[in-house]
Amino acid sequence: MSTIIEPTIFELSSPGRRGVRMPASDVPLVDSLPQHLLRSELPLPEIAEVDVVRHYVKLSKLNYSVDEGFYPLGSCTMKYNPKINEDTCRYPGFLFTHPLQPIETVQGNLALMFELQEWLKEISGFAGVTLQPAAGAHGEYTGVLMMAAYHKLRGDTKRTKMLIPDAAHGTNPASVGMMGMQVVTIPSDSRGNVDLTELEKYCDDTVVGMMLTNPNTLGMFDENIEKVIEMVHKCGGLMYGDGANLNALLGIVRPGDLGFDVMHFNLHKTFSVPHGGGGPGCGPVGVSKTLLDFLPSPLVGIIEESEDDETAPFYGFVTPEHSIGRMKAFHGHFGGGMVRAYTYIAMHGPDGLKAISQYAVLNANYLQAKVRGHYKIPFDRICMHEFVAEGRFEGSDVRALDVSKRLMDYGFHPPTNYFPLIVPEALMIEPTETENKDTLDKFADALIKIAEEAKNQPELLHNAPSTTKFGRMDEVKAARELVLCCWLPENYEAMV
Amino acid sequence: MTFIPTSPAETEAMLETVGVKSLDDLFDAVPKKHRFPKLNLPPALTEMEAAAHLSDMASSNENVRQDLVSFLGAGAYNHYVPSVVDHMLRRGEFYTAYTPYQPEISQGTLQAVFEFQSLMANLTGMDVSNASHYDGATATAEAVSLAYAQYRGKRKRIVMSPALHPQYRDVIDTYTQGMGVETVGDEETNLTLSPESLTSYIDENTMIVIVQYPDFLGRIFDYKKIIDEAHAKGALVCVVANPTALLMLKTPGDMGADIVVGEAQPFGIPIWYGGPYLGFFTTKKSYVHKMAGRLVGETMDVRGQRSYVLTLTAREQHIKRERATSNICTNQGLLALAASVYMSVLGKEGLSEVANLCYQKAHYAAKELSKLKGFKLFSSEPFFHEFTLQCPKPASEVNQYLLDHGILGGYDLGNDYPELKNHLLVAVTEMNSKEEIDALVEVLKEM
Repeated sequence: MSTIIEPTIFELSSPGRRGVRMPASDVPLVDSLPQHLLRSELPLPEIAEVDVVRHYVKLSKLNYSVDEGFYPLGSCTMKYNPKINEDTCRYPGFLFTHPLQPIETVQGNLALMFELQEWLKEISGFAGVTLQPAAGAHGEYTGVLMMAAYHKLRGDTKRTKMLIPDAAHGTNPASVGMMGMQVVTIPSDSRGNVDLTELEKYCDDTVVGMMLTNPNTLGMFDENIEKVIEMVHKCGGLMYGDGANLNALLGIVRPGDLGFDVMHFNLHKTFSVPHGGGGPGCGPVGVSKTLLDFLPSPLVGIIEESEDDETAPFYGFVTPEHSIGRMKAFHGHFGGGMVRAYTYIAMHGPDGLKAISQYAVLNANYLQAKVRGHYKIPFDRICMHEFVAEGRFEGSDVRALDVSKRLMDYGFHPPTNYFPLIVPEALMIEPTETENKDTLDKFADALIKIAEEAKNQPELLHNAPSTTKFGRMDEVKAARELVLCCWLPENYEAMV
Repeated sequence: MTFIPTSPAETEAMLETVGVKSLDDLFDAVPKKHRFPKLNLPPALTEMEAAAHLSDMASSNENVRQDLVSFLGAGAYNHYVPSVVDHMLRRGEFYTAYTPYQPEISQGTLQAVFEFQSLMANLTGMDVSNASHYDGATATAEAVSLAYAQYRGKRKRIVMSPALHPQYRDVIDTYTQGMGVETVGDEETNLTLSPESLTSYIDENTMIVIVQYPDFLGRIFDYKKIIDEAHAKGALVCVVANPTALLMLKTPGDMGADIVVGEAQPFGIPIWYGGPYLGFFTTKKSYVHKMAGRLVGETMDVRGQRSYVLTLTAREQHIKRERATSNICTNQGLLALAASVYMSVLGKEGLSEVANLCYQKAHYAAKELSKLKGFKLFSSEPFFHEFTLQCPKPASEVNQYLLDHGILGGYDLGNDYPELKNHLLVAVTEMNSKEEIDALVEVLKEM
């Protein structure tokens, strides 16, 4: 039997306990539904309000979070989530508007969405933006569908291959797989750029396009980016940008200017929408003129221009001519995503946005400089917002996972492990712009100390974490036994 | 520099460590002609200014708590959210954490998701639940992907009820563009037939049958017969269910459904102009390896403590890449927490009270409205908290008249079903008082 640190909500249940009560009905009672349509039992917990609160507060204390400390999880942009966002997104006018209300009653929402579309266009250099996709991967699928629709409309049916660098996020090939297209993997060269010689081999008239993350997942800005895009365009392909790493580019360069045709934004990375322990995200997609008519429907547009400077235009929904259709119900992640991101951009302005990327890049390079010589850095040049080190040491059996677990003992969240796949024992470190020098120094010191421990006291790493409330988990047991749910105990009713 | 903590002196010291002279020197790899574009954006607002600006925008809407009386549902429902829910959601330990990749320091999120999975499985009468999808529509589309994968793409037919939410049908169309599948059964002419009429479309090429419970027009059917028929042909059945209705109704699991999905927004999530909401996905244990999304499983740590981890990750995109059944990565974690807290704090009795209030008030409204001259119920089938009302003139005109009186009348079914242009889909929840319902009836009486 295992020790229970916090019982489940089902184990806390006791017959007859009550939480929040609802008012009595104020209408004359009617008969219930026929018995055969009713459920026989409702096996859900019965708990008092105070016990519900204590349960979730206890659970919250078992989490590490950005509010608690440094969270350098590469590719995830765990920046500080401004508290004001939590207030603005809960203003009653946003919180209590129904997605199907007549547009004349929600002009505030539509104005916010329209302005956010315009701002994202300006930041990225694209001609159009849809706010509908729910997350990055959802935005990717939106982009892949548009690329396919573009070729289809031109009668260009031979195109079935998507070029994807070996350093790409797993969502890229998965999005392509959902469309039944073929993935062609393009290797990286010794400087972490797309290998142009390899790329040349595959650029032909069967190419749908290329999905490229830039800066890539090594944290490197591709030094041949214009050449790569030119080669893909020359063979008739379209260029997809994975915007997961946009935090390096605000006010630095606009992907649209570089020639990208389509890119998703992760408002939950770059624009401070909190990650929520796994979501919700918000994944708008920007497109060049080439794909403008293929955007998902509906978009927010101006239905009637304003008569003068004093009055606002009248906003409504519009559907592009060759729209791929609808990606989700209603209009996207309005409250939790768009309002927070709008608040964040409004508080930064052009200079503030540029400073975000400058400091995200400075912090990453500073950390890289501090740990250089202690960890192998396979692609060692000026990085963008993140860099990748190897978590392995000459003459030691310590692995990246051990380094990560040991970092917990020093009070830090570990970096991303084992990604990108092209670096052995990868530790992918993204500090973000919201960390101060002291934090970065302490983190670098911890990494350096751990590198020494790896050589002299490897058992400290193998046994880590030892100072946290939980130790390492038996993942094999979880997959083998596959306990995915719990239930009320069998003798529940007799438990009183 | 709003949220950047670094002082100018520290910036200088750090630049020196890196070995560059200025911040701009960090970007030499960026093509020079495109470097440092001038962004045409409004100047930065302070927090105080931003709060005022956003407040103005929010106030220019008419909301359903302060400005309008609402009978609008159609997939998004105005329910009471107990205070506790948002207090728990606003804990930074929950909302500023990432997906729980490091279980030793993420047990809070992991146990909360495990409990969410358990609550949903108990609610739907199914064996397992995943950690969530973007919304009900994409969860339904993922059910199609599961069925497609189950038959390795060899079965190509989707049989779909015409009374499945029109936007959900649109999303399935979009999602399946690359699969080469056909969708049958959802013609408007089938709308008035019994759901059993869909069985004529089910053949050996059918991978999945999709029905809604209660359906988009509010009608409650027992789908056992159609499920048995589908199983006889080897097809899977997905029931798209409203979670509030499931508090009262026989579970789809009891009818034999293979997959039960839906929109859990009614469980503690504000209507928020359409999102973010919470797609749920539950199924039988036999399909768990084909299911998309994150899954949390119970295990033990090295100290013998019960704990939880993300499990069966080999199904997912970061391992399986182009062979994954779905590309989903981020889901709706925090909103799954909202639904769990909602269900926990209302508990078995409180939830039953919510369901009963919805049922009672909707039936009172239906009874009073159908007494009005020219108005009647479209169907005599049982319903829960939403029903279709036939009006004496186009629903768009009725709605405009109601809006002039401060009432959101309901969903104009003519938007999706031309034959039903005189029909309103009316939703009534515990939020609607008798006084509001009586006002709706009075206003319509004088129309």
